Amino acid sequence: MAHKILIVDDEPNIVVSLEFLMKKEGFDVAVAVDGEEALAKVATFRPDLVLLDVMMPKKSGFEVCEAVRANPDNARLLVVMLTAKGRDTEVAKGLALGADAYVTKPFSTKELVAKVKAMLAGA
Amino acid sequence: MMPSGWLVTAVAIAYLGLLFAVARFGDARADAGRSIISANVYSLSLAVYCTSWTFYGSVGRATSGGLSFLTIYLGPTLVLLFGTVIAKMIRISKAHRITSIADFIASRYGKSQFLAGLVTVIAVIGVIPYIALQLKAVSASFDIVFANPVDMSEPWWADSTLAIAAVMAVFTILFGTRHLDAAERHEGMVAAVAFESVVKLVAFLAVGLFVTYGLFDGFGDVFGRAAASPELAKLLTLDPARSGNWLALLILSGLAILLLPRQFQIAVVENVDESHLRRAVWLFPLYLLLINIFVFPLALGGMLHFGGTGGDADTFVLTLPLSEGASGLALFAFIGGLSAATGMVIVETIALSTMVCNDLVMPWLLRSAWFDSRARRDLSGILLGIRRFAIALILLLGYAYFRAAGEAYALVAIGLISFAAVSQFAPAMLGGLYWKQGNQAGAVAGLLGGFAVWLYTLLLPSFAKSGWIGRGFLDLGPAGMAMLKPQALFGLGGMDEISHCLFWSLLVNSALYVGVSLTTRPGATEVAQAERFVDALSRGGAAPRASLWRGSASSGELVALLERFLGPARARKQLRAYARRRDLDDWKSLPADADFVSFAETQLAGAIGSASARVMVASVVQEEELGLDEVLDILDEASQVRAYSRELEAKSKALEAATAELRAANNRLRELDRMKDDFISTVTHELRTPLTSIRALSELLLDDPRMDLSDRRRFFGIIVAEAERLTRLINQILDMAKLESGRAEWVTGEVDLATMIRESVDSVDQLFRGKGVAVELHLPETGPVIQADRDRLVQVMINLLSNAVKFVPDSGGRVAVTLAVDAGQARIEVADNGVGLNPDELDVVFEKFRQGGNTLTDKPQGTGLGLPISRQIVEYFGGRLWAESEPGQGARFIFTLPLPREAEHEN
Repeated sequence: MAHKILIVDDEPNIVVSLEFLMKKEGFDVAVAVDGEEALAKVATFRPDLVLLDVMMPKKSGFEVCEAVRANPDNARLLVVMLTAKGRDTEVAKGLALGADAYVTKPFSTKELVAKVKAMLAGA
Repeated sequence: MMPSGWLVTAVAIAYLGLLFAVARFGDARADAGRSIISANVYSLSLAVYCTSWTFYGSVGRATSGGLSFLTIYLGPTLVLLFGTVIAKMIRISKAHRITSIADFIASRYGKSQFLAGLVTVIAVIGVIPYIALQLKAVSASFDIVFANPVDMSEPWWADSTLAIAAVMAVFTILFGTRHLDAAERHEGMVAAVAFESVVKLVAFLAVGLFVTYGLFDGFGDVFGRAAASPELAKLLTLDPARSGNWLALLILSGLAILLLPRQFQIAVVENVDESHLRRAVWLFPLYLLLINIFVFPLALGGMLHFGGTGGDADTFVLTLPLSEGASGLALFAFIGGLSAATGMVIVETIALSTMVCNDLVMPWLLRSAWFDSRARRDLSGILLGIRRFAIALILLLGYAYFRAAGEAYALVAIGLISFAAVSQFAPAMLGGLYWKQGNQAGAVAGLLGGFAVWLYTLLLPSFAKSGWIGRGFLDLGPAGMAMLKPQALFGLGGMDEISHCLFWSLLVNSALYVGVSLTTRPGATEVAQAERFVDALSRGGAAPRASLWRGSASSGELVALLERFLGPARARKQLRAYARRRDLDDWKSLPADADFVSFAETQLAGAIGSASARVMVASVVQEEELGLDEVLDILDEASQVRAYSRELEAKSKALEAATAELRAANNRLRELDRMKDDFISTVTHELRTPLTSIRALSELLLDDPRMDLSDRRRFFGIIVAEAERLTRLINQILDMAKLESGRAEWVTGEVDLATMIRESVDSVDQLFRGKGVAVELHLPETGPVIQADRDRLVQVMINLLSNAVKFVPDSGGRVAVTLAVDAGQARIEVADNGVGLNPDELDVVFEKFRQGGNTLTDKPQGTGLGLPISRQIVEYFGGRLWAESEPGQGARFIFTLPLPREAEHEN
């Protein structure tokens, strides 16, 4: 069975590219455009991995991550944070809040796919 | 009814007992370290100025001289307004342990024993008649309440005045000579003096009220009736012919408050806290005002009441109540007068005895063989003995003068003769405080000259008028030389004797003081002392005294010296305190250095006066004589050091200020740095976001050459749009940076606002039509013309218009543009019928990279910099840009631009 991936980003064009990329790799994909929608989709879609943008309206990626980790049901959910802000403090903050990996925008599609596959295989 | 004589005596003795109790209480509190000398007590004690001469004599004076009696009280009031003179005297006296006015003047002019003695002699000769006057007043008041006629033929041993003088002497000895260290003050005495000041004031007011409101119907009645009598009416008018006399009396009394030995004692030596002076500056004049309020009503009332036959106006204070049978009040008035006399006598004799002991007896004693033979013994007891003897002697002299002078002169004249004598100290004292060049030779010459003139023009004539010496020289001039007539010197007639004497004596005195000072060379000590005195306030009292001494000493000998004059117990107490100040545990280990020598000399000065102390210290240490030039060098150095230290102080203040400024600037920079970091972080984010799409989609296209055509087209479209967005962003960021740093280029010219708006709308026509938006223009044909950069204004308009298009609904969108002129400015409004803004969004939209509403669909077009840039542009031209909105009613973006004045007129 294909792994399920939830893409969360408020930039439509980034969503387009990620969605196309992940579908091409054979994953089952769902999309959310803000933090609140993301939390709802985590509950209904039950993804294996979330690609989570940090800067979003309504709820930031950090807040989503924190909320996801607060729920024991999501213990096995993998969270990959995506951010356009490359500061070290942001990376540290994301990891401290329970993210499993951190990817800086703009990213290499090949590297991202490799990382996602490795994480899903290790899980 | 007269009160019984024995009752009067009993009350008088009881009152003196009360005074004594007050003094003991004050001393006990002082010993316990809880001084009762407050600012109020200090101010009241200054009222020792008001003697029985005030209490009885003012009324007498008012009956003959009219209002001129007031000058005696206006003078001190005026002097107190310049409190700094007294403050400076206090500061100096504390630093140098000055014990009397003779000590002060001598110390200023090089610690000269001769000068100290001279001042003492003048003071004693000048003041003894004044003491006699107090005895006379008390004796006269005794006679009135005892109902005895004044009888000078009584043998001296039966004379009650002698008894009074004796009681006062005992009293003064008990009060004033408890310790040797005069600089340690007599707090009990000050307390008693303050107390008697209250008593005499209340007594005088009581009599005043009794006469004014009891015998008459108030002030109006007294003055009204007096005005009705031609003789009394004269007293009520100011006589312009006497104005010279007024001036002389003002000067005389103003100087007296500074220079009378008792005033110096109370105001300067007995002062415990410089700040008390600030209270005295108004409280003492108030006291003088109160004690003078009823003088005139009493004088007029007395004259009306007794019809000119009632005898001595000097005793109206007693005789008025007595004539009405108010014997209790008369007794109270008697106590008030006794109070006034006692206070004066005590303080004056203490001051004089200190001077006589330190400045006349000590110098003689220090040289005598008798003293040498006892050189190793404790001398503090002997010193106290000398002072006690001096007190008794001074009172005895006062009594003798009283017996001799008798009725020769009215009370008031004696007082003024005394004032004139002490006013001879004025040039040396005031010059010494403010003029460094004033020197010892000048002071001696001035004092001798002034004193001689005083003797010749005032004292000898008063003797002549009393019939003690022939009056030939007075009427015809000595040996018939009319030019030298004592009271019309060099033909200067037409003045009263006091003004005449004051004029000539102060003229001679000042001229000699200044002239001799300018033409003689001062000694080294004099220069040093002059420096310390004149600069006393500016250097905060800390004199560089130690630096002006060079030599060798033995601390054992210095200690022995202190023990001899202060007594072993007091000497050790002071030594222990001094050692503590120098951070030493044991005074025995004090080094015999310049500082210690200076300390010992200051301590001795407190006991035996600065001149004698100088001689004593010099006798036990080997001093190297400093030459005048050396002293001047050191002083010059000291003043340079002071100048440097002031400069340093100023510099360190400037540095502190600069540091504070730097700190503030640093904080501002940190804040700016933080903002810059935030900005860069945000800009990075904004740049990376389009790059992410571009890179991801490009990689996908590159990896998959066989991608669907529709996907390829879509992806290329996105890549192009994101690349455009990136370009816009970079342009706008650069634009913003230029605007903010003030480096933007402005091409200013005449801009017709209506035309500019039309062109802007035309250039975004494509945008409107693409979304089917209706545009309404409310513009004049040709609008107001302003000086501005046309392209920049177009930039603002396009930004506002494209924002509006972004937020109007997809169908039925409307945008209205309005140009209006109002209150000297053009007002341009761009209104849409979109969703509008929340109140909290109204300001947020003008922040960088903040976009309003749900921007998801329009993201590639907005950069979040359009509105901030527009606001910068509008503000550059002196206008404002803001947003207004009611939710659901759309948003209005409005900006104003100020119009030139003529454009305002045209429209």
